[in-house]
Amino acid sequence: MRDFVQNFPLFSIVGCLLSSSTSSLLKGRAAKWVNTILIMLVGAMSLCVMIYCLKNGPFVYIMGHVPAPWGNEVRGGVLEGGMGLFFSSIMLLSMMGGRKKILEEIEDTKQNLYYILVNLMLCSLIALVYTNDLFTAYVFVEINTISACGLIAIRQIGRTIEAAVRYMIMSLLGSGLFLVGVCMLYDLTGHLLMSNIKESVALLSASGEFREPLLITIAFITMGLAIKSALFPFHAWLPDAYGYSTISSAAILSSLVSKGYIFLLIKIIYRVIGFDIVHDSLLLNVVFGFSALGIIFGSVSAMKEDDIRRMVSYSSVAQIGYIYLGISLGTKEGMVAAVFQILAHAATKSMLFISAIGLTDASNTSRKFTDLTGSAYRNKIAGMGFAAGSLSMVGIPLFSGFISKLLFMRAAVNNYGKMMPTMIVLAISTILNAIYFMKTVVRIYSPERNLYEGREGFVKIHTKDQVFYTITVIIFIALNVALGLCSDPILDLISKGLDMFA
Amino acid sequence: MNSDSLFKRLLSWIRESSESFDEDMTIQDVDENERFGVVDKTTHAENLEMVRRKVYSEKENKSMRRMEALYRWFAVLFACFFTFVLIVTVSHMPKTGDINNPANNEVAERYIKEGLKETGATNIVAGMILDYRAFDTLGESHVLFVAAIVVTILLRLDKKEKDGINTSIIETIGEAEKDDKIFEPKNDTILQKVSLIFVPVIIIFGIYVILNGHLSPGGGFSGGAIIGAALIMYLNAFGFEKTGKFFNEKVYKTVCFSGLAFYALAKCYAFFCGANHLDSHISKGIAGHILSAGLILPLDIAVGCVVACTMYGFYAMFRKGGF
Repeated sequence: MRDFVQNFPLFSIVGCLLSSSTSSLLKGRAAKWVNTILIMLVGAMSLCVMIYCLKNGPFVYIMGHVPAPWGNEVRGGVLEGGMGLFFSSIMLLSMMGGRKKILEEIEDTKQNLYYILVNLMLCSLIALVYTNDLFTAYVFVEINTISACGLIAIRQIGRTIEAAVRYMIMSLLGSGLFLVGVCMLYDLTGHLLMSNIKESVALLSASGEFREPLLITIAFITMGLAIKSALFPFHAWLPDAYGYSTISSAAILSSLVSKGYIFLLIKIIYRVIGFDIVHDSLLLNVVFGFSALGIIFGSVSAMKEDDIRRMVSYSSVAQIGYIYLGISLGTKEGMVAAVFQILAHAATKSMLFISAIGLTDASNTSRKFTDLTGSAYRNKIAGMGFAAGSLSMVGIPLFSGFISKLLFMRAAVNNYGKMMPTMIVLAISTILNAIYFMKTVVRIYSPERNLYEGREGFVKIHTKDQVFYTITVIIFIALNVALGLCSDPILDLISKGLDMFA
Repeated sequence: MNSDSLFKRLLSWIRESSESFDEDMTIQDVDENERFGVVDKTTHAENLEMVRRKVYSEKENKSMRRMEALYRWFAVLFACFFTFVLIVTVSHMPKTGDINNPANNEVAERYIKEGLKETGATNIVAGMILDYRAFDTLGESHVLFVAAIVVTILLRLDKKEKDGINTSIIETIGEAEKDDKIFEPKNDTILQKVSLIFVPVIIIFGIYVILNGHLSPGGGFSGGAIIGAALIMYLNAFGFEKTGKFFNEKVYKTVCFSGLAFYALAKCYAFFCGANHLDSHISKGIAGHILSAGLILPLDIAVGCVVACTMYGFYAMFRKGGF
């Protein structure tokens, strides 16, 4: 008999699946409550797993009565539990912040379908975090892809349909590449379980056998996951998908979906291929090039936008670039920085999206900058949230963005070859970030001087009309400041978790 | 009736997605005469031509032409490169069918040798997907579920009457029903007689395939698809009114829910027992009998129900946006 906590990964995954099929019978309001309770439960269970693993080390849990290479298996560790907790708390906040918009923008009869999609999305994220088997990972990648499409398309206007189609095509391309990679890996090693593949790959690389196919396999898997998480040349689907979907979807997609894939990639690098083998291949240099380009071009595209939500979306491209930059440095410090950036970006980007919707609501739902002048005075809490998020993105001390930039710099110093380019790219990107985010902050805090007097829709939104929204934004700001101020214990957890990975 | 509704929708999407296009790009209303016809071919071609001329014109849109040429060249180059890489990779892979291949290892060996003893299923494939690797299949059946949900989101029409904005995209269920009746064959005797004979046979065959999933090739996915096909055939012959008497939205939802929930709960119990080394009290029975192989048969039935309902649901959604 094993400790009861070890069952929690199974309970979270099956709980998500059960609640999603139950929600298909429920009305929208009931489905909402099921969803909220589910996210809280999953978060609590992930917290227990994390604490348990801190004390007792990682564990594997067989799914069925047959042990691992024959049956399925999940694995719990500090990083897995921590990620589960973080993903579910960000998801809860995103849902709370966008509640009003969900009611407005989605047909009444389809409200419960939205919550089904969110439940399944949570399920796939949790499964991607815990899985120890590549094919299980692929199955849940499929669920993730389809439910993400639904999350975009559920707000039925022309642009979201177009965005969903585009997302579907690109994302399926990514899934296909990932699947081809998994198949080739199976052909080369004869296993689907991560730890067994790692052993075989170590043998193969020592003997020098199958060198070219192995390299191509790693390249395919990396490329597939990079397409799905919108690394620079593959980011064309991103601005529309994030920019026009209902706001909770945008927050979830930008802060969780892409991060789930990146977490899977990190897991594959550590637990499937082996960090040393990835480090020796040239692949990291290619990823480095793409991410450096992405950081700059993402920011440049964001500068050109005249639409606040598309601007925030494009800044995601740059931030995803940072994460891949950390991975491609090929050192443990770089990996820690990348994982921290996952947390920092998830916390900040969802806050920016949630705040942006408050600002546009106070401006006749117009997203153009000319209409947003002074909107922070009309919706005070949204303005505060957006300002805090912008400061974090630019990298001002006290906020989470500062710590992640600091970590990248520190990691770059240890990598002789990539130090100069990393420093230059980070410097340029900081300036570009400052230009477009500060421009927006200045714009929303410029006094309007009765510019919009009498125009319809430009109303003052008081705190008492949006209690939940206010609480959400305050928690978001607190989370950001907490990540910025108490980064040491979190970094400690991350590096412990990465050690448990290997 | 609404012969160009699809086209109008397309047009309004395009217009919405780019404000810079011509404002006066409207299509004139259809004549009274064409109201009940199928889309007139010449009008359709004219409409398409107009869109091509004004929106995707290469003459009026110079940057587009340049992009197009560049895009084509890069596409060809990239495809050639990719093909080359794949061919080189495949030529370096282990040879197909070689006995010393890495894939011929202890994993496959145990499936073949111990499969019958450990799962109780004579069909090894069923034993693998529903017992050894049941977690993957649990995920896979929810892939089907989420696909059905997304199709529902896109196609189900809930609005009884037109109201407010966006009506150009969302047509009402009443309109869709009228649209559907144009194409619905009314009392086609040949079709009805043939399906009267065939539908029961097909359904029984589907049930056979499901129930024998653990004994012979077959199982929930394939059997469910056969039953779904029979339901669709019945619908085509007798129309929505008659099918609705035994298969409406309520039945669809209940069956889907109970299938998936049973699957998840049963497997949760089995996983829990297996991982904690408890006795699950699920008997494997005598191999080869219909009531054997533990959970595999009930799971096959659950999957079969879900698949049949999903097939029928997809068809109904695509046809008129509801049941």
